[in-house]
Amino acid sequence: MRIRRGTTAATSAALTLALLATACTGAGEVAETDAVDLDVAPGVTDDAVVIGSHQPLTGPAAPGYAAVSQGAAAVFDYVNDQGGVNGRRIDYRAEDDAYDPAQTIDVTRELVIEDEIFAMVGGLGTPTHTGVLDYLNDEGVPDVFPSSGALAWNNPEEHPLTYGWQTDYTKEAKIQGEYVAENFAGQSVGYLYQNDDIGVDAQAGLDQYLSEEVVAREHYETEVTDLGSQIAELERSGAEVVVCSCIPAFVALALLEAASIGYEPQWVVSSIGGDTATLQGLLARFTEGSDAEEVPADAFLDGLLITSYLPRVEDTEDEWSQFFIEVHEEYGDGGPLTNTHLFGMTQAVMFAQVLKSAGEDLTRQSLIDALETQEWRGPGLVPFSSSGDDHGGHQGVYVVQYSAGDDIEMVQGPRVTDRSGGPVEEPDFARLSPEELDFHD
Amino acid sequence: MTSPTRERAERAPVPTPTAPTSPAGRWRALPAPLRHLLLAVLALTGVCGLVLVTGDLAALRFAAVGYTLLAIAGLQLLVGGSGQISLGHGAFLMIGAYGMALLVLHQPMLPLAANLAIVVAVSAVAGVAVGTATARLHGPYLAGATLILAVGLPGLAHRYHEFLGGSNGLNIRTAGAPPFLQGIVSTSDWRALVVWTTVLLALTVLATISSGRLGRRMRAVRDDETAAAMSGVPVGSTKVAAFVIASTAGGLAGGLQAYVLGTVTPGSFTLALSLSLIAALVLGGIGSMWGALWAALALVYLEVWASDLAGALDLGRDVENNLPVVFFGVVLILVLRFWPLGIQGLVQRLISRRGSSASAPTP
Repeated sequence: MRIRRGTTAATSAALTLALLATACTGAGEVAETDAVDLDVAPGVTDDAVVIGSHQPLTGPAAPGYAAVSQGAAAVFDYVNDQGGVNGRRIDYRAEDDAYDPAQTIDVTRELVIEDEIFAMVGGLGTPTHTGVLDYLNDEGVPDVFPSSGALAWNNPEEHPLTYGWQTDYTKEAKIQGEYVAENFAGQSVGYLYQNDDIGVDAQAGLDQYLSEEVVAREHYETEVTDLGSQIAELERSGAEVVVCSCIPAFVALALLEAASIGYEPQWVVSSIGGDTATLQGLLARFTEGSDAEEVPADAFLDGLLITSYLPRVEDTEDEWSQFFIEVHEEYGDGGPLTNTHLFGMTQAVMFAQVLKSAGEDLTRQSLIDALETQEWRGPGLVPFSSSGDDHGGHQGVYVVQYSAGDDIEMVQGPRVTDRSGGPVEEPDFARLSPEELDFHD
Repeated sequence: MTSPTRERAERAPVPTPTAPTSPAGRWRALPAPLRHLLLAVLALTGVCGLVLVTGDLAALRFAAVGYTLLAIAGLQLLVGGSGQISLGHGAFLMIGAYGMALLVLHQPMLPLAANLAIVVAVSAVAGVAVGTATARLHGPYLAGATLILAVGLPGLAHRYHEFLGGSNGLNIRTAGAPPFLQGIVSTSDWRALVVWTTVLLALTVLATISSGRLGRRMRAVRDDETAAAMSGVPVGSTKVAAFVIASTAGGLAGGLQAYVLGTVTPGSFTLALSLSLIAALVLGGIGSMWGALWAALALVYLEVWASDLAGALDLGRDVENNLPVVFFGVVLILVLRFWPLGIQGLVQRLISRRGSSASAPTP
C-alpha cells in the first residue's frame, strides 16, 4: 500500500509536470512533422498486397453507395483470377464506417495499424474522408482515389500522398454551365444544390457561364427529405432549365415533386446524382402506395441531361461497359449492375494498373512514382491527372441525354477545363480497350 | 456467450477492482474527496501502464472509452441519481465538441487546459438554460423536451453553414506529445493520457458530489419529490443542479472527443448517439458510477468484438456489417432479463456472494 502510493505519487508528479509543460503551448499550434519514410512496403508479401478502404456498408448512405466497394471487389477478384498483379494477389479490405466520421477514424486506424494496409484506395465520402486525410498523410499511407469530388483532395503541398479521382464539382459545373449557355441560350436557369461543399463548388463553376441567366438558387439539407418549397420557388421564378447538383435520393425527390405540380423544366444532373439505375429504384420506392404508383419510374427520367466521366452501364456499345458487365456476371453480388458499381470497378482497374506499373519491387515510393508518371488511357472517357503538381483526377465530363427504356445518347463529347477561370476545351484523348490496357498478369 | 467473460478478463486492469477495502478502517476514515482522488490516481497509473504497453489503435480506443465514460457518468448522475430522463445528452456532447473545435480554429494559441475550461463553462451555461426550462417537467414530458434538443441541435450546423461547416463539419489539428516526451509516447498515447487525466479528475468531482449532500438530495428527489420537499429539500434547484452537472460532463466529454478525433460533424451527434448512451447506461447498470464504466466499455468494445467474431465465423458481408447492432441488442436484452440492475448488478452479486465482509466499491 505504502509502496504503491509512492510510485503513484511519482507518476502523478511526472504527469502533472508534463501537463504543465504543455499548458504553455497553444492547443492549435501544431509543429511541422518530419518527412515520412516511403521506402517501406507494409502489407506487401511475395504473393499478396493488402489494401484498404472505408465504405458505408450500413446506415443511411449504404443503399446508394455500398455498390462502390462491391464493384471494386468484383474487379479485384477478376484480377486475382488472372494471376494478380506482378504475381501478387490483391487483398481488398473494405471496412464499414456507416458514413460516420468518428467511425471512419476508428476503422482507418484499424486498417493502418492492425491490417497494415499498403494503401488506402477509394475511401468514400467528403465528411468521412476529410477526417482521416491528415492521418493518412502523416503516417505515409498513399491515399489513392478518394470517392468524392471535393476540391480538397487536389492539394499536393499539404497532402502530397492524396490523389483525387472524381472530376471535381467546379470543373463539372463549368462544363454544365457552358453547355446550358450554348444550347439553351436565353432561357432562365435555376440551381438546386446540396448545402455543403457540393453547392459552393458547383455554383462557383456554374456562375462563370450562367450568372446572367440564373433566376433562382435553391438548396436542400440532406436531413430534410421534402423539396416542396424549393421546387415551388423554382417554378415561380420561371426557371426553364434546372441544374441539380444533388445526390440520387434528392434528384428522385425533385423529379417527383416537380411532376406532382406539373412543372416540367429541362433537368441537368451531375454525375453524383446521375445513376439512372439507382434513380429508377428510388423513384419506384418513393411512388409506392401513392397516386403515381402506376407511372413507370422511367417516365420521370425521360429527357434528363446527365454529365459523366466514366463508361456508363446503359451504353452497351462501349467496350469497357461490356467488360464490366461480364465481370459483374461472374464476380458480382448478383443484383443489377448500376453506374455506382462501375464507379468502384473503374477505380479498381486504375489502381491495379498503377500497381502493375510500380513493378516487382513494390514500395510506397514506387507506387507514388508510378502514379506520377502513369500515362492514363481509360477506362474513363476523359483525361486523368495524377502528376506531381496536379492530383486532380479526372479532368472533365461529357454530356448524355437519357430517354425512357435505358437508352442514352451522347449529346456532347468529352470536355476538359480547370477549376478556376480557364476555358472549356475538347481534349485530344484516346482510350485503350480492356484487352490492351495492362492491369493484370 | 463466450464474449462477456472475455470482456471482463480484458477490462479488469482498467478500473481498480483491487480497491483497498480490506484495511477498511483506515481507508474509511479518509475524507471522501481524498479517497476518490487516490482511487483516480491509482486508476490513472493503471491506464498509463496499459497505454504504454499497447499500440496506437488501443490508445485510440482507450481514449474513446475515457470520454464515453465521462458522458455516461454524467447521465448516470442525472438518470440514476436524480431520476430525470434525458434523451438529449448527445446535444451537450455536440456543444462541447463544436466549442473545442471553434476554439482551436479561432484561438490556436490558447492552451488545451484553457480550452477545456471554456468548454466546461459553455456547457454549464447551456445546461442552466435547458435545465431551468425543463425542471418543471416529469418523466415522458422531460424525455420529449430533451428529445427536441437532440433532434434540433445538429440542424444548427447546417443553418450556420459558414461558421459551423455544414454537414462536412470542422476539422482541427492539435498539438501532440510535448517535445521532451517524443519517442517515449506517441501522439495517440499522449491523447489517451490527456483524456484519462481529465476524465478521472472529472469523475472524482462527480463521485464526491454523488456521495455528498447534493447527492443525497438528488436521491431523495428521485425517490419521492413530495417527501423530499417536506423534508426541506429544494426540489427545483436540486433538479436543475443535476441537469447542469450532467450537461457539463457531457460537454467536457464532447470537447475531449473533438480533441482526440480532430473532426466534428453533425452526423456524429444524432439522436442515435443520445439513445445509445441511455441504452448503454441501462446495460451497465443504473445507480452506480461503476455502471458507467461497464457501459462505456460495452459501447466501444462490443462492436469491435462483434465484427471480429463475425469475421472469424466467416459470415457474409451483410451479416458481418449488421451483426454489431444485433449483438448489442441481444446482450442488452439478456443482461436485463437475468440481471435487471445491469452488469454492475451482476458484479455486485458476485462480490457479495464471495464474502459478505467485502463491500462494493464506492465511487
